[in-house]
Amino acid sequence: MTRTSVTSILNEPLIFERSAPGKSAYTLPRLDVEDVPVEEILDSKYLRTEVRGFPEVSEVELIRHFTRLSTWNYHIDLGMYPLGSCTMKYNPKLNERVARIPSIALTHPLQEEQQSQGSLEILFRLQECLKELTAMDAVSLQPAGGAQAELIGILMIRAHLTQKGSPRRFVLIPDSAHGTNPASAVLAGYEVISIPSDKKGRIDVKVMAEKMSEEVACLMLTNPNTMGIFETHIEEIAQIVHLKGGLIYMDGANFNALMGYARPGEMGIDVLHLNLHKTFSTPHGGGGPGSGPVVCKEHLAPYLPVPQIEQEGGLYRLNSDKPESVGRVHSFHGNFGMAVRALCYILSCGREGLKELSEMAVLSANYIRRQLEEHYDLPYDTDILHEVVFSDKKQHKNGVTTQDIAKRLIDYGFHPPTTYFPLIVQGALMIEPTESHSKEELDAFIDAMIAISREAEEDPEKILSAPATAKLTRLDEVRAARSAILRWEP
Amino acid sequence: MRYVSITPEEKRLMLKATGVDRVEDLFATIPENLRLSKTLDIPEAASETDILKYFRSLGQKNASAEDFEYFLGAGAYNHFIPTLIDSVISRSEFYTSYTPYQPEVSQGTLQATFEFQTLICQLTGMEVANASLYDGGSALAEGVLMAVRTTRRQKVLVAQSVHPEYRRVLETYAANLDIQLQELPFTESGCVDVEALERLVSEDHAAVVIQSPNFFGVLDDVEQAIGLTQSVGALSVVVVSEAISLGLLKPPGELGADIVVGEGQSLGIPLGFGGPYLGLFASKDKYKRQMPGRLVGQTVDSEGRQGYVLTLATREQHIRRQKATSNICTNQGLCALVATVFMSVLGKQGIRELAEQNLKKAFHLRKLLGDSLVFSGATFNEMVVECSEDPAEINRHLVSEGIIGGLPLGRYFPDRSNQMLVCVTEQNSLEKINRLAEVLTSVKVTR
Repeated sequence: MTRTSVTSILNEPLIFERSAPGKSAYTLPRLDVEDVPVEEILDSKYLRTEVRGFPEVSEVELIRHFTRLSTWNYHIDLGMYPLGSCTMKYNPKLNERVARIPSIALTHPLQEEQQSQGSLEILFRLQECLKELTAMDAVSLQPAGGAQAELIGILMIRAHLTQKGSPRRFVLIPDSAHGTNPASAVLAGYEVISIPSDKKGRIDVKVMAEKMSEEVACLMLTNPNTMGIFETHIEEIAQIVHLKGGLIYMDGANFNALMGYARPGEMGIDVLHLNLHKTFSTPHGGGGPGSGPVVCKEHLAPYLPVPQIEQEGGLYRLNSDKPESVGRVHSFHGNFGMAVRALCYILSCGREGLKELSEMAVLSANYIRRQLEEHYDLPYDTDILHEVVFSDKKQHKNGVTTQDIAKRLIDYGFHPPTTYFPLIVQGALMIEPTESHSKEELDAFIDAMIAISREAEEDPEKILSAPATAKLTRLDEVRAARSAILRWEP
Repeated sequence: MRYVSITPEEKRLMLKATGVDRVEDLFATIPENLRLSKTLDIPEAASETDILKYFRSLGQKNASAEDFEYFLGAGAYNHFIPTLIDSVISRSEFYTSYTPYQPEVSQGTLQATFEFQTLICQLTGMEVANASLYDGGSALAEGVLMAVRTTRRQKVLVAQSVHPEYRRVLETYAANLDIQLQELPFTESGCVDVEALERLVSEDHAAVVIQSPNFFGVLDDVEQAIGLTQSVGALSVVVVSEAISLGLLKPPGELGADIVVGEGQSLGIPLGFGGPYLGLFASKDKYKRQMPGRLVGQTVDSEGRQGYVLTLATREQHIRRQKATSNICTNQGLCALVATVFMSVLGKQGIRELAEQNLKKAFHLRKLLGDSLVFSGATFNEMVVECSEDPAEINRHLVSEGIIGGLPLGRYFPDRSNQMLVCVTEQNSLEKINRLAEVLTSVKVTR
């Protein structure tokens, strides 16, 4: 073992390479029923000899293995993680503690309602909070992520329009939208019409109006959009779409900008989703689990997934008797554990706190923008809310790209921002600080970005070879895709 | 507000630097008439103490596996959870990081996910596994969509013995894609009706979906079903809802399955009232470019050192948009880590011993139930029992004895309203198994 630094060990092999017969990390209670040989219970045609390849390691080795791996990750508790549109805010520890209370964590989704009143109250109460925050009428907490929520929302629109005569054929989606939007629309059986953005970074209302017809089911928009810009003409947009009998779906990924300031239900939105793993602080967990509640107006409520949680005479119940429902998207009640954390967060913050979060998120983004706008190209000069998108235009002339800037930030101790998204900005650097950081941390990030822009002028080589301080230098992604080694083999 | 770190003085400085007087001014792009004028009808901030008190009081309104002995399975299983799991997943490095889009600073998550993919391949006997999907239900839906994409056929046969909720999720996903779902019946043994399969399956079929152990706990005739499926060029999709069974049972991959989908909750994830769970997805190597979801692959850095990255991303929505293989973005990363730790803790010996304990304890109950069993087929740790009265009534009685009984089958199969699906795991004690058998075989327990 080579010790490469004091606090992290960089050459931990795969768990399989630590394996040796005779090592073990588990104990099981002694079998308390008659020990009938397996072969007397099941015909040998059903049986495997062993799970070939499964590791055999000791408890100490196992803990060291995963601890060593963990030190190779950047994470929010270490520092700023300014990924635009991902809302990497602090994940309060209290949420984790509450979610692990055994009488909350160890209940079965199919046990009788009478034995699940606590769990059902958590879901019901969270639904009420989300309705209030969005000014909408009904909720389902079933979708396990934003993309699944989009599918459900579009299916609800489809069901509603089908009942009115025709499901229609198209969905309008701005070119600045998340990739999940068009993918979800297609999964719901629609064709996508892309709507360009105008010079201000907003939906081009004129083009949108031209494309809107009685063959269009809905417009899917993100507000504020992925540029961090509020769609100021939202009411006009909604009117145009509604006049032709279409509906508005809002991707609520950026809801962290709006809490206590504006409510989608008052802007003409018919249905939207929220991401509990963004706005409501549930941890991203290295890529999930998330949770994507769907929130809608009364006219779409009959189509929400089943079961719906209802309250009747102080008792909560699950109602699956909703004949117009689009069905189910989750085997049970969605990612309940995330709902527990989100409710805990809302109650911890309170109404004033939630508003303050949005304020500080928006202030932090605007502060960064103002400090960096002379150093980085700002493709749209429009006022922003919670995130700002720069481009690499100024650095590009020295051969430094967004990718390089992102990698160099690692050397300054920060996670890179979202890169090359939204697609409407060439070489986009999308920065969303969230409300979580102190002014010192924001200033340090700003200083790092300025230093990199200076390096681009003076010493571009330093940037092109970054990162110099991470576990690895840049990885060969082309090789990964070509050789496609997706598992260990002995 | 303890989740904010900016002091009033710093706020003033930042506002000044930003060129506005008040923070409200930053929201000026929201038209005035759309700005919220009222105070939100949400409580004022609660203290940590009050919050803990509140949630504990809610917990007291639940029955949970802490105080009750569960014989309820049906897709969610009360298994042993090694202490090491929480110790690993409580590390901020794992649970507060994001999707590993920047591989240089995400090697921990990436290597663990590569290990997860490998472990799932080993467990299922398949060649490729992805980094996880949401849960068993959506994994089934994605498996069927992949079969449809691959074969360019639109008909799918789905066994009635596949978990009813998974089938409902599949119906939701397939509803508007011109896919015809047809049901495949089961026989008195509880297995798929192979004769019906032979009769129904044709060259118009993209896939045949079976589950084993199936929803009734019965081990299905997987090999024969796969043979019939592939003889017409359709893909065989095998569902596994109880992953522990694979510690002992011949894996679908060894029997020739094209796609294996399932639920990984049994692999160390708490019952959690149904989620977050873990969608498992594995296939033959030749279909990997049609797979949904994220994949981690091995590569090297610019100095030739081994490392891992997200790969084959041209399948995914953030690159391909409407032409992607799936709309999925967020998966169940941390749950996949749980399963990785679980499988590593148990290891080759432990997974077998755990599976054997489930089988033997369930077999003990099976012997005691004798003639009350509904299906004759072999079972792993679940079985269907004919009751002498409404199973819900029996369950209400069992609660008073500290037992959560099985699932009344009438919920999904109205013609089986007197039947109960019972599950026995290593968590159940001999005493309670005996007591359950006594109650289930007695005439009228509630009088």
